Order: sequence, then C-alpha cells, then structure tokens
Amino acid sequence: MEQFVRLKALAAPLMRPNVDTDVIIPSLEITSPSREGFGEKLFASWRYVEPGRKPNPDFVLNRAPFDRAQILVAGENFGCGSSREMAVWAIRQFGFRCVIAPSFGAIFESNCYRNGVLPVVLPKAEVEALGREAESGTLELEIDLETCTVSAPGGRTFRFEIAKPKREMMLAGLDAIGVTLKRRDAILAFQTRDRAARPWIWSV
Amino acid sequence: MTPRSIIEKIWDAHVVAELGDGQSLLHVDRVFLHERTGPQALAGLAAAGHAVANPALVFGVIDHIVDTEPGRSDRTRFKGGDEFIRTFRDLTRRAGIRLFDLDDPRQGIVHVISPEQGIALPGCTLVCPDSHTCTVGGIGALAWGIGSTEGEHAVATQTLVRPRPKSMYVDFRGRLASGVTAKDMILALIGRYGAAGGRNHAIEFGGEAVRALGVEARLTLCNMTVEFGAWTGLVAPDDTTIEWVSGRPFAPRAEHWDAAVAHWRALPSDADARWDAHLDIDCASLAPQVTWGTSPGHAVGIDGVVPDPAAAPDAAARAGLERALAYMDLKPGQPLLGLPIEAAFIGSCTNSRLSDLRAAADLLRGRRVAPGVKALVVPGSTSVKKAAEAEGLDHVFRAAGFEWRESGCSLCFYSGGDSFGAARRTITSTNRNFEGRQGPGVRSHLASPLTVAASAVAGRIADPRSL
Repeated sequence: MEQFVRLKALAAPLMRPNVDTDVIIPSLEITSPSREGFGEKLFASWRYVEPGRKPNPDFVLNRAPFDRAQILVAGENFGCGSSREMAVWAIRQFGFRCVIAPSFGAIFESNCYRNGVLPVVLPKAEVEALGREAESGTLELEIDLETCTVSAPGGRTFRFEIAKPKREMMLAGLDAIGVTLKRRDAILAFQTRDRAARPWIWSV
Repeated sequence: MTPRSIIEKIWDAHVVAELGDGQSLLHVDRVFLHERTGPQALAGLAAAGHAVANPALVFGVIDHIVDTEPGRSDRTRFKGGDEFIRTFRDLTRRAGIRLFDLDDPRQGIVHVISPEQGIALPGCTLVCPDSHTCTVGGIGALAWGIGSTEGEHAVATQTLVRPRPKSMYVDFRGRLASGVTAKDMILALIGRYGAAGGRNHAIEFGGEAVRALGVEARLTLCNMTVEFGAWTGLVAPDDTTIEWVSGRPFAPRAEHWDAAVAHWRALPSDADARWDAHLDIDCASLAPQVTWGTSPGHAVGIDGVVPDPAAAPDAAARAGLERALAYMDLKPGQPLLGLPIEAAFIGSCTNSRLSDLRAAADLLRGRRVAPGVKALVVPGSTSVKKAAEAEGLDHVFRAAGFEWRESGCSLCFYSGGDSFGAARRTITSTNRNFEGRQGPGVRSHLASPLTVAASAVAGRIADPRSL
C-alpha cells in the first residue's frame, strides 16, 4: 500500500451529509475492470453538466484553488453505500491523500487505508468549523500520522485515533497480504483444527 | 463462562490471531466474487504473484451488469459489460474458482444464491466485494461487504483483519399487521435512528416479529443493515433456519448434518449477553414505510408527510434535507400517499425471492398496472424464476402489465443497461434511493414489494392495506 507519514496541503470543503459512493463514482462511469482512469470521473454527476460534459462552475472541485486540494473536509457518513473501491481510486487519482469527516461508510473507510488515503475522524463540530474555514480556499492543514494529529492555522491541534496495526501499515507502506502471509503457520494451524471441528465448512 | 452474544461466539470461533489494539485476524469461510468487482481482485492477485489459498471456498457469479431480457449473452446494453464478464470468467477459470455463469441454473444475485445454494451457512463467515453481503446474516452467518483489494486479501490468505465490533441488539417487538413486511421493519429502523444509526456495530436483530419471519424475510431485514451504517447484522438461527437450510445443494452432507445442527443450536446469544447498544421498534403499530428523499434514512410511514427542513437540528442537516427535497421535487408537508409514479420495480438482493414475488402476485391477481406506468419484475435468481414460473406467477405479473425478466441486479442501480426510459419517479423494492442511483435524474422511493405492486396499480404511491 501507499505510504502515508505527513501531509501539509490545501483543504477543500464538501460538507453535505451522507455523500454516497454512487455520487463519488457513478456506476455509469465504471466502464472497464481497470483500477486506473477514475480521477476525472470523481463526482461526475455533480462535476459535469450535460450536454457536452462541461465542468459545472458551481461545483467546488472545479474552482481554483480547490482543484489542487489534497485534503477533503466532508460531512457525516461520507462514502456510505456501495462497496465499490473505484470511489477511493477516484478520490486518490484526483489527488486527495486525506479525507476528514465526522464519520465514514465502513467499507469506504477500509478501502481508504488500502489505497493510501488517510480517513480521519474528528468530532462533528470541529469538522464543521474546518469546513467553513476551507471555503476561503486558503486553509492549509498538516496531517501527521506519527503523532495522529491535524494541525490548523493559529496553533490549533486536533488528535485523531487509528488502530495501531493500520497506522503502522500505512506509515511503512506495507503490503497487507504480505504481512498476513507471515502468519501462514497460524492460519494453517487454525484450518487444521477447523477441519476437525467444522468439517461441513470444508467439504464443498 | 462469560455470557456471549451470537456475534462474539462467531467472532471468537474465527480468530486466527490477535493483532493488538482491538484488531483480529479472522478466518473467512466463504468468499463470493461477482463480475463487477471480482475481476479487479483476481487481476490484482495475479499481478502481485499471489495464489488463491483455497479455491474450493471461493465462488463466482455473474449478476451485476448482465442484461435481463430473454436470450441475453456476454454482450450487454451496458457499454463495456462484455469485458467485465469475459475477464471475470477467464480469471475464475485460471484460479480454479467455481463460477455460476450466465447459463448455469444456479446463477442469480450473489446474496440471493449464496443462501439458496446452502453455501452461506449459520455461524460461518462470508465476505464479498459488495456492500449488501450483510444480507446473508439472515441465516445467522457473519457476513460483510469489502472492497476489491480486501477481496484479494481474503482470496490470498483466507483471512481478513478486522477491529472487534461494538454489538447492538435491535428488538422488534410485537407482531406485524397484515400488509406490513420485513422491508418495512428495516426502513422504519433506519428512518427512526438515521442512516448512520448502526455505525461501528454488528447487530443482532431479534424479538417476536423477527422470530415470526421466514428466512427469506430475514434476508431482506439484514440486507439493509449497511444502509443503517452498521458493519453487519444477523438473525440467530432457529428451527425455521435449520429447516430452510436442510437439503440445499451445498448444505452439510448427511454425515456432518447432526454435528452442524448441534453447532448452530449453540450459536444464539446467551440470556445475559452484554450489548453496547440496545434499540427497539414496536412492530404492532408499524405502517408500511416509504422513503421520500435521497437517503434510506429518509423513510416515513406511508401515511406520513415530507418533513420540513426548518425542523432540522443543525444547518448541515437542514442543507442536506433541502437538497434532497430539490432533487426529489417535493415540498415540505406534502403527503406521500397519492404521489404519482411513472415506474415500478420489483427485484434486487433486498426483495426478489419467491416469497416476495408470491406476495406481489397475490396483490396483482385480477388487477392492472395503471396506464403509463413502466413496471418490471426481475427475479433474484434463475432458480427463483423457475419456481415462480412453475406456480404461474409470471402469468400473473404479465397479465397485470409487468415485464417478466431473467435474474440479475438490473435496476437496483443504473449502469447504462436496464433503464426506466423517460420515467423519472419510481417506486422500487430495492435498497438505495441515492441521487442518480437508478438513472440520471431518477427519483426513487423505496418500499416493500407489496407497496410497489399496490402503487403500480394505482399509478400513485398507495397503501397495500387499502387493496
């Protein structure tokens, strides 16, 4: 997975609650079983107007300087809905490395870690304050995964939590499958016991 | 022994290793893949040089982007669909994974066929790169949706890393009135407690109303756990479950049956199990539910009205409601009953099983879909379709003016294949009313198959209890 240690970057606000993965990447936009080419399709139904698929000037990510933001400040339950990992691929390929929200859709949040995008959960009031400040187009935040902090202008620091194994995996940019396969003996021992305890699971 | 919930029992039985800080390496008993998100998982695996650890425990099915018209093939109306189907077929074959292909009688929507075939079993862990994998909790499995990359991990290692979830018990008290269904129970729960009401929790659904549900209805109930924001949900197995599982193609064979049943009998939560959260819903007074907005949390009783954003607790919530009203072209205070609809859909992993089709057909017998309403039924599996045809349900639907299709996910989401045409307002037995979910600009009202059928006949949102 892609390493994440520290990031100092511009934040863009998208404070609507319940932004779902169908909106992040509409199903119609997923036209090939590839992991590439999703950046320009991010938020396609909000970002473009028909006919002619012209950029919608009202949509935040079409406006400078937000088009080069690397941090997205988002509303509650961001990334709810479909498990489609293309949603995170689109977020990452657009250029985002971090999404800050009061809460995330569970599958989207797991998918973020796997793709070098850090999902940061902060209390709703703090996220909403950051979202309002980000409107100005000048809010730079510094995310530090080693200290689990978000630093905002004026010396403000917000702490966030992330489980240690996930944090270490991201800090080192480790391959999750490789890490698990180091426990192959434990997996095989479990399976040997399980074949005896629950043979019906294995006789398919 | 410390009393445990069914969630803790299944969890504990699958821990391969504790990784610290609340994270466990869990054994995954079954992996399902489909042609929409499976190719990326299998291609990623091959590219990284990892092997499939246990091909016999992995199953593939083609359901998501296939056409549903008779005589379908790899070529789909959806542009590029054949590439998904052929790539997936090729990758499953190379990996030695069983595939329920288009022409296989076992084909169907993944969460319909995994229990139908007896592949998903009580007490097992099952994952699929698809958010509605939680459906399978209806037979007492611990099942959850993942991404394609986690799918790779599951296939390569037969495990996944998960944080131990918080546990929640939802008590559905009392008995449902006639015309009110499992779909209405779950919509009511999400409507009352919100689309993130179950966040970070694994949920056991219990209570008198749940015990009275058949297994298919329990699958419907668990299907929308993800719309409640929960990690997953399940219903403890009981006599109803065990009888339902018995005799299915992949169910435990005779020599293992008694041991399996003994294992399943020990799964229900201990009487004094500890829960992190406890919610309840009174089912006796429950009306059929329908959504008015663009989040499954926007559910109200069918005799209710569109809420007023002015009453929202904060500015962000108010803005969200206003946006939903604008998209849905509705006004605060407007009644849902009587709202004209242009299309009606019965299908999806939520509500496409034989019992759903029977209930809708019973209501439609001798009635006609209102003029101008496009109505279709898409059975959840090829086997459901055949069983329904054996009972003559296809004739009932056709006589009423519904199209009768081959099985697949169809219009649960719009990817350029099946379409409502020019219709904008739909009543649908699916699980998501998101903006654009069923097509650009399409306004979806979620409801039970009964409410969909009643509304299709009326040409307006209608209460099935009034017919």
